[in-house]
Amino acid sequence: MSKPHLLVHEKKDTVGVVVVEGLKAGTDMLGVVTHDNSDFRLTAKMDIPIGHKVALRDIKKGDTIWKYGQDVGKATADIGKGEHLHVHNVRTKRW
Amino acid sequence: MSSIVANFDLAKGKLARVKGRKIEAPEFKAPIVRRPTGRSLDSFTGWRRENGRVGVRNHVLLLPLDDLSNAACEAVANNIKGTLAIPHAYGRLQFGEDLDLHFRTLIGTGSNPNVAAVVVIGIEDGWTKRVVDGIAGTGKPVVGFGIEGHGDIATIARASYVAKEFVQWASELPRVKCGIEELWVSTKCGESDTTTGLSSCPTVGNMYDKWIPRGIYGVFGETSEITGAEHLCKARAATPELGERWYKMWKAYQDEVIEAHKTDDLSDSQPTKGNIAGGLTTIEEKALGNLEKIGRECRFIDILAPAETPASGPGLYYMDTSSAAAECVTLMAAGGYVVHTFPTGQGNVIGNPIVPVIKISGNPKTIRTMPEHIDLDVSGILRRDLTIPQAGDALIETIVRTANGRLTASEALGHREFSMTKLYRSA
Repeated sequence: MSKPHLLVHEKKDTVGVVVVEGLKAGTDMLGVVTHDNSDFRLTAKMDIPIGHKVALRDIKKGDTIWKYGQDVGKATADIGKGEHLHVHNVRTKRW
Repeated sequence: MSSIVANFDLAKGKLARVKGRKIEAPEFKAPIVRRPTGRSLDSFTGWRRENGRVGVRNHVLLLPLDDLSNAACEAVANNIKGTLAIPHAYGRLQFGEDLDLHFRTLIGTGSNPNVAAVVVIGIEDGWTKRVVDGIAGTGKPVVGFGIEGHGDIATIARASYVAKEFVQWASELPRVKCGIEELWVSTKCGESDTTTGLSSCPTVGNMYDKWIPRGIYGVFGETSEITGAEHLCKARAATPELGERWYKMWKAYQDEVIEAHKTDDLSDSQPTKGNIAGGLTTIEEKALGNLEKIGRECRFIDILAPAETPASGPGLYYMDTSSAAAECVTLMAAGGYVVHTFPTGQGNVIGNPIVPVIKISGNPKTIRTMPEHIDLDVSGILRRDLTIPQAGDALIETIVRTANGRLTASEALGHREFSMTKLYRSA
């Protein structure tokens, strides 16, 4: 398999992790779901640093974010598929 | 730049060179294990102590009872080569549970099988004797000195004579062959990012899945950092009753510490600024990555107080610790663990004075920018050219090599963070 741009833990997840440095907007990314090794393509809408997350689908403000097949917080703004997802548009449900 | 080289292969890389005012990072890299080589990993050579436990290092420790005694311990360490002073900030007017933890940490550190012998120095005799008596229970040589009535200079002289005897005696102790089931291996991650949950934490988990059934002792902790994965952690207790007891401990920290002391929320501290720079967004996401360190199969068999020594036999334990790296590793070392596995994403540089800390990273940027801190590169997992079971095998080999005497990056770089946990302000 060629080297992926994006890794996703579980099928249920709504986010993936960029695993290459210097990812540019417009890149046709190869994504892999580590749970079952299935792959998919997704276009990056923004420059996204390594380790940062990408929305795998359109997410509405208030939606739960899923990673590891688990609830990891909620969206504080609408997030488009392929966009950067981080502290500017997602928040913890704790504390 | 030309180099004078003897008996050393420089072909693997180039030494640091200076270009103008900018000093470029050296391209030479320490030999990081990337693939298991298939060598025998069933045994290692270590030091069997008087109480039967096995250490992988052979330190002669100069242990201050309190902050006031740091100077004397450091002076003795300067006099007698091969000894190690571990200064710290506390030990006066502590009381109650906090004082119990202070003694447990000092006695546990001196009792660790990586330590051959101990010289304790305190401001007065009473509490100094308490630490000496605690360590003496292991059967190893230990002597204490009180400073009051003698002064620093006479104390340093008397302690130096003893330290010299100890270090010469320890230097002749032989390593003996031991089965890997005699290893006590702790884990805690730091400067985590999204790559730790994908690669370095599951690498540690895979090691535990393979080695806990072989009979080693393991331990994980970081109570605040389980938040968001507490339902999964509770389910990994060996029995439902233990799971309930674990949940009560976790909830007590939430209610009595976080809720009692937070000013806004913990978003400025947990995740840390480094975590956020690395792409982690929430505590829930961080906790789920953290918990990857206990693998798929292991269940924890008991809960330990901070610095407490396990007493329920071989297996995986949970220790109620802070998530701060140096504090947590110090507590696990005081509990008797002899090797620490430390996944990092953004590049935490921590070490410990008595326990080798093995750094594992899967972040290719960290491997590229600060390779001197990393013992095991598992970035192949992100490229999908290294599987997690292969990475687990590479970690097992790294642990065995470290137990056999290979210095970790943190040891070679002189990282000796000894950080006592303090529960509340002194009287």
